[in-house]
Amino acid sequence: MGLEEYKGVFIYAQQVDNKLSSIAFELIGKAKELASDLGTEVTAVLLGSNVKGLADELGEYGADKVIVVDNPELETYRTEPYAQALAAVINEYKPEIMLVGATAIGRDLGPTVSARVATGLTADCTKLEIGDFPIQAVPGKEDEQKHNQLLMTRPAFGGNTIATIACPDNRPQMATVRPGVMQKLPKEAGRKAEVIEFNPAIEKNNRFVEIQEVVKAVGNVENIMDAKVLVSGGRGVGSKENFKMLQDLADVFGGMVSCSRAVVENGWLAQDYQVGQTGKTVRPQIYFAIGISGAIQHVAGMEESDLIIAINKDEDAPIFSVADYGIVGDLNKIVPALTEALKAEMNK
Amino acid sequence: MNIVVCIKQVPDTKGGVKFNPDGTLDRAAMLAIMNPDDKAGLEAALRIKDETGAKVTVLTMGLPKADAVLREALAMGADDAILVTDRVLGGADTWATSTTIAGALRNLDYDLIITGRQAIDGDTAQVGPQIAEHLGLPVISYAEDIKVEGDSVIVKRQYEDRYHVLKAKMPCLITALSELNEPRYMTPGGIFDACDKEVTVWGRADLKDVDDSNIGLKGSPTKIAKASDKVPKGAGEKVNLDPAESVAYLIGKFKEKHII
Repeated sequence: MGLEEYKGVFIYAQQVDNKLSSIAFELIGKAKELASDLGTEVTAVLLGSNVKGLADELGEYGADKVIVVDNPELETYRTEPYAQALAAVINEYKPEIMLVGATAIGRDLGPTVSARVATGLTADCTKLEIGDFPIQAVPGKEDEQKHNQLLMTRPAFGGNTIATIACPDNRPQMATVRPGVMQKLPKEAGRKAEVIEFNPAIEKNNRFVEIQEVVKAVGNVENIMDAKVLVSGGRGVGSKENFKMLQDLADVFGGMVSCSRAVVENGWLAQDYQVGQTGKTVRPQIYFAIGISGAIQHVAGMEESDLIIAINKDEDAPIFSVADYGIVGDLNKIVPALTEALKAEMNK
Repeated sequence: MNIVVCIKQVPDTKGGVKFNPDGTLDRAAMLAIMNPDDKAGLEAALRIKDETGAKVTVLTMGLPKADAVLREALAMGADDAILVTDRVLGGADTWATSTTIAGALRNLDYDLIITGRQAIDGDTAQVGPQIAEHLGLPVISYAEDIKVEGDSVIVKRQYEDRYHVLKAKMPCLITALSELNEPRYMTPGGIFDACDKEVTVWGRADLKDVDDSNIGLKGSPTKIAKASDKVPKGAGEKVNLDPAESVAYLIGKFKEKHII
């Protein structure tokens, strides 16, 4: 296998219900930087049924090429037909880098495809850059140092350690990337990508599963990842009813309520609102951590917020070690008073 | 019916995290536990056993001390336990781990393989789907409900904003979410029996159809270029005032930052 045959930065352009997911644009944004360092192009891979119309939007967000695999078997996500299609694209077009979103789809499709094309995969990356491997050449073995490698950085141990990983001897270099971490480029209206239609055979085999039912979450579809201000509550909030207090504070800023894992486990809020390692990664302008002790799994999902304010009665709570402003005290007294004071200030 | 549950011993990063004086993670001081998603997978298997009399085998790859999580699984009600351990398997990434576990699974009769979605140390969620790929099995990830129906499984598969109800013919592989259930406790009788039970130990030579180029550190396509314990973000200001003063303090800060 000649590694030099593999060229270009590819991203998996995830769509659900024939609507592109935000991660597709975020991946293009990062891929543009990598491609510029490598002197190559960005290709978006779009899989689905009747999805060709989405290619223009990918172009407007920066994709140079869009490979479209349009097949009725790809109407709704299922591991096997999607893995067949993506593996066929990789085998045909030989990208040097293949990025996939670390979504509930990507974290299933990524490992399946990487194993199928026999390459490495680094999960949940938060930083990607082009560099050398090893990072420092081994003295006397300078010629063994490989250049133009994808260096993939990810948290592990619940966010306590950071590892930078390379995939020097296999292609493509594959990574899944956490949603909400990379920045999408501004939309450039009318910018066109070259669209390539590719129709690999999708073989019905024993690995197909049958979709019996698709049940969409009802009600509030607002995403906490899009909120500018999050008022997040933990076990210390005490009850489902007390979250009203947090909602009132969020309303002052036009923000949203979110929570820690304990809150979901207690059934006070749905998992859609959970911040942290097993929930969502958020980076709002203001993050209030109220009655949240600050387990590392939680902190991993919010520490990139611009401004962190913690309110907790336990002055030794770990959340204070990441808070810009820490308030030791009773949230039941402080939160409503703060809401009222803010309203008064804003009405001045 | 034969169910194999793949489990992993992990350091407990939840709650019991310990730091060294220099701020790095003190791994030696942390408890080793059965990975939570894996435990939910085991519980799901045991519930199927309670209903149908299925045989449940637990399998782990790790250091000899991983015997402890196998004993725990036996005490919860698993029938057999297998420890895959060998120095040559060390340093494996998810590719090499999954080829190794697949090699061990090829020795077993299985209708259903259950793994946890992800382990709390690596958080990759890759090994389950990769095992399925090596064994040519259908895979259903992120299971929040599992039912057996004849020769098939019906699984509620979680996504961010929806779930799919999927039906797969066995043999197949499912990755379990910890939301799946509340794992049972070990019973005193179970603990007693678990001490007496044999744990089967397999080494490199016991893996079926696995090439040396696909195991251990050398067989791992991904290589660590750099690893560091994360330097925690520095704490800002912390105040301990009465509620009214606390509110005034925050309002002052908001004004300073031009937020209000």
